[in-house]
Amino acid sequence: MAKGKVEIYSEACKSCRYCVITCPKNVLGTTEAVNQKGYQYVVALRPEDCIGCAMCATICPDGVITVYREGA
Amino acid sequence: MEKIYSRASGIFEGAVSGFCPGCMHSTICKIVTQVIDELNMTDHTCFIQGVGCCGLSITYLDMDTISAPHGRACAIASAFKRCAPETLVFTYQGDGDLASIGLAETISAANRGENFTVIFVNNGTYGMTGGQMAPTTLVGTKTTTSPYGRDPGEHGYPIHMCELLSQLSAPAYIARVTCADVPNVRKAKAAVKKAFEYQLAGKGFSFVEFVTNCPTNWGMSPLETLDYVRDTVLNEFPLGEFRAK
Amino acid sequence: MAEKIFMKGCEAVSESAIRAGCRFFAGYPITPQNEVPEYFARRMPSVKGVFIQGESEVASANMVYGAAASGVRCMTSSSSCGISLKSEAISFMAGARLPVVLANFQRGGPGIGTIQPAQQDYNQATKASGNGGFRMLVLSPSDLQEAVDMTYRAFDLADKYQNPVMLLLDGFTGAMMEPVILPEAKTDEELDAIRATKTYATTGKKGGKQHKVICGPGLDTRVSQEEMNRRDAKMYEGWETDEIDYEEFLIDDAELILTAYGITGRIAKSAVKLLRAEGYKVGLIRPRTIYPFSKVAFDNLDYGKIRGILSAEMAIPEQFSTDVKTAVCGRTKVETALSSGGNILDRGYIIEQAKKLYGDK
Repeated sequence: MAKGKVEIYSEACKSCRYCVITCPKNVLGTTEAVNQKGYQYVVALRPEDCIGCAMCATICPDGVITVYREGA
Repeated sequence: MEKIYSRASGIFEGAVSGFCPGCMHSTICKIVTQVIDELNMTDHTCFIQGVGCCGLSITYLDMDTISAPHGRACAIASAFKRCAPETLVFTYQGDGDLASIGLAETISAANRGENFTVIFVNNGTYGMTGGQMAPTTLVGTKTTTSPYGRDPGEHGYPIHMCELLSQLSAPAYIARVTCADVPNVRKAKAAVKKAFEYQLAGKGFSFVEFVTNCPTNWGMSPLETLDYVRDTVLNEFPLGEFRAK
Repeated sequence: MAEKIFMKGCEAVSESAIRAGCRFFAGYPITPQNEVPEYFARRMPSVKGVFIQGESEVASANMVYGAAASGVRCMTSSSSCGISLKSEAISFMAGARLPVVLANFQRGGPGIGTIQPAQQDYNQATKASGNGGFRMLVLSPSDLQEAVDMTYRAFDLADKYQNPVMLLLDGFTGAMMEPVILPEAKTDEELDAIRATKTYATTGKKGGKQHKVICGPGLDTRVSQEEMNRRDAKMYEGWETDEIDYEEFLIDDAELILTAYGITGRIAKSAVKLLRAEGYKVGLIRPRTIYPFSKVAFDNLDYGKIRGILSAEMAIPEQFSTDVKTAVCGRTKVETALSSGGNILDRGYIIEQAKKLYGDK
């Protein structure tokens, strides 16, 4: 059971991948899917591993990621 | 589950910033608005935006704003704050704006100890106009106006604004931060908060320099810029608090 | 009746501004207007106003931009080359539609220009005080009472149109002393009420739905540049009917018209009196508002009986006189009497030129 959850506002994602390299649990990644601006937006590939540390959201320039955590 | 991290109310709902992918302008907008929310000042803030990429904040930040002529934000902020002391006032300026065309306005406002905050975005280039040499461009760096690399014999050396302003007696708070990794984003946010708190306490001039990136004009991927900031740029522009009265 | 006070031009203008509610002044030392910032520096603390000596003309004009954005009545002054430096902010203030009052104590030529009295900045003031094709109301007084009254009124005009207003003076008007009756000082309550009307002031959203933006339309993507230019043009057009202000003196039976503005208008008026004493049927048209130009004053003349018009100004080459010629549009001969470079236009010379143009009595 995941301790955290990320919600991704994919239209605002510009695919810089800062979150991808920052996430300590390798939760995030990109797929072939693109948003309206043509960016391969980030998705939670392994949401079950999310610990809700918010490092991805902290490094994300565009405030794309909202983070929830169990018993915060 | 509880929400522990989200955008602040100072960003238009659902807005997508006009900044390039990976540009730390977006990060700065994000943390500045978060701090202002934490201080409950979003409805009582006016920011004065410089010319250049800073101007993209006009359609991103949902707060009162004045757009300054190139370089003049500190002059405008000086007068505005004196006439509206209850408003939280900050300027949002790039390196060309603040350290080249606006150098006199910056230093003079700092020297008068004007009670507002400067958010200085130093990415070593003129981003909006296409990557020309800035006063903060590193020695050897090729830009569109230093195509053979910045040559100290011809162009001089990068200007260090925090160190320069630290020579003045009046400024209350001077710090240099970056957003290149999570610990530094957190430190940067703390510095912004401190600067605003200084202003709210009437302590005088506060200045936070962000060492940032420009993936587009540096010709690097966003991820490459993070390494370049950490491994190269920070050697020229060391981080830290230079003044905290 | 209000008390008459003997005052110097620069100081009379400054005091009148404070009485009109000016609570922010930023300036930079430049002759011949140093007494203006000096006066504000002395006087502002007593009305809880703000005076800042800017680090440059550029900065002080931008400070006024910031002050206007906060909703206070504000002013800056300078002289010729200093106004050129302020033109950046003037253009921004016109673009952002902010009410400010500007005063130019003109110098005698391009570049640094001699500091002696002249009227070399008419074109700059009335045609282009900055980039972008904006206009502003320009008022020019002939004596200190008029300078006081115009300054007071300039603040109302700036607020009325939410646009910069310029007072065009010269070193003569700034330095001379005359008795003046000062207007009533606006009370703090009146000023608070005026400030409360300035809903554009960017002092925070304060619960408002929309954030307020002060900038030219180039950046604010919510409005188109052309739309704003058209809106401004409509306002400028309205001035042509609503804000024309000129003095007519003895023109009913006049066969020769002298025309001049500012301090030269006063010299010309005295020339008219002397010529009348000699039996010449001479009259005067003296524009007080010099932008927009008092074209109507020249349209109202009966060209059937007019021998010519003599336009006098302290500018070489002519500037004001070109507008006179455009207004007259060939309906009669227009000659000029000019001086420049700090040489105050000689009344005797005006009379001599007038007699030449008049011909036989």
